[in-house]
Amino acid sequence: MYTEKVMEHFTNPRNVGEIENADGVGEVGNMKCGDIMRIYIKVNDDNIIEDVKFRTFGCGAAIATSSVITEMVKGKTIEEALDITNKQVAEELGGLPENKMHCSNLAADALHKAIDSLVEKQKEKKTK
Amino acid sequence: MKKVYLDHAATTQLNKEVFEAMNPYFFELYGNPSSVHSFGREVRKGLEESREKVAKAIGAQPREIIFTSGGTESDNLAIRGSAMAQRKKGNHVITSAVEHHAVIDACHALKEEGFEITVIPVDEHGMVSVKDVEEAITDKTILISIMLANNEVGTIQPVAEIGKIAREKGITFHTDAVQAIGNIPVNVDELNCDLLALSAHKFYGPKGVGALYVRKGTRLKGCSFGGSQERKLRPGTENVPGVIGLGKAIELAVKDVESKAVKLSRLRDRLIDGLLKLPDVSLNGHRTKRLPGNVNISVQYVEGESLILSLDLKGIACSSGSACTSGSLDPSHVLLAMGLDHQAAHGSLRFTLGVENTEAEIDYVLETIPGIVERLRSMSPVYASK
Repeated sequence: MYTEKVMEHFTNPRNVGEIENADGVGEVGNMKCGDIMRIYIKVNDDNIIEDVKFRTFGCGAAIATSSVITEMVKGKTIEEALDITNKQVAEELGGLPENKMHCSNLAADALHKAIDSLVEKQKEKKTK
Repeated sequence: MKKVYLDHAATTQLNKEVFEAMNPYFFELYGNPSSVHSFGREVRKGLEESREKVAKAIGAQPREIIFTSGGTESDNLAIRGSAMAQRKKGNHVITSAVEHHAVIDACHALKEEGFEITVIPVDEHGMVSVKDVEEAITDKTILISIMLANNEVGTIQPVAEIGKIAREKGITFHTDAVQAIGNIPVNVDELNCDLLALSAHKFYGPKGVGALYVRKGTRLKGCSFGGSQERKLRPGTENVPGVIGLGKAIELAVKDVESKAVKLSRLRDRLIDGLLKLPDVSLNGHRTKRLPGNVNISVQYVEGESLILSLDLKGIACSSGSACTSGSLDPSHVLLAMGLDHQAAHGSLRFTLGVENTEAEIDYVLETIPGIVERLRSMSPVYASK
């Protein structure tokens, strides 16, 4: 039911873990539906994502989408990263089973939340 | 790679003896059992012999056996057929919170047609209380449907006692025995049931064939329409090779059922004891009143489908009650009915053992699983913030 690329990311997930003093952290999902994703990002002065890590509780699709998005965004500006959609993440993996498209395909949402928290922090700094 | 099949509650491998019994019915014996000529007559003979075998295996009379396409159809026919036949008498049906969807959804369908359904809750072991069933009975109750053994957690229900009460009150009593046949002794008189559903592929028979036991005198209406096969309760030309396979399979399944159960329980307990040594792992279901081949655990902080995928990569086949594997957004209704929280339900794993499994295979699972759990936990945000 999963593509080879999904299984490859599930078996060898990239960038698992967390970033201490991350510039942004985003978490989506809940225990009721059975998927929780947390993404950590670190950016440089030009707002380019230098490091990204994740932790995920969930099925094969949840883990693979989290893993592949970390590869997709590394080296990108936060603006470019905000353009990434859940659909693109699924496409990057060669597609996901239909029933996984809505419940387990949340990595872009988690990433966007992480960026939002980063932007929020930067605003706070400016006003200080 | 080593392959270990521990999903016998999903289906079993066809027994070679069963295949050999079926084989002539594909080519030489291809007549329609309803035909008058010799081609039909010789097939009819095999079909009726198979009916006798099924009847004998569960302590019934041959004319009380209706061949169907499997467990789902048998459950549907039992519930719908019984309700429709008695709708003038009453409109109340009692069932439990842990039934198979073939029962639950059949009851839901009745609800839409004006029937009232009482769903009896279960305790933390997945057990229905006889008293709860008794107290739910009203003068409108026409049918009680409680499964013999649960497909997910293996809990064996007090069916004989419930059946006794139903009989005293003159209420039709159905039991879904799909998971029980071949694992524990099943006798319709001891269980006091009027209707009993079974499915061949759960006991090394072919897929797509099953039977409904209908006690003599039980009021039942057919749910499909056509010819006069199976006393018009299940019209349509019988799946002859399947029915022959069912007969052979059930004959073999009930032979030495007690000694097979002893062997299976020993393997089951070895697996349970080993799994419970892992941190934050708990057993779901009753410790002793459970099917001899059923193991169901919850692994905290990880999700079931990722456990299954990881075990599959190591050649181990099992299943889970997580939402991802149930085909819906919710985890197993059985585990939730038992009071498990969502995390424990999503992190559930079911291993169901069969007679061909060995101690070495159980040990292989026990050697393999700790690394998998550790790896998934290391990725889990829930574990990290534990």
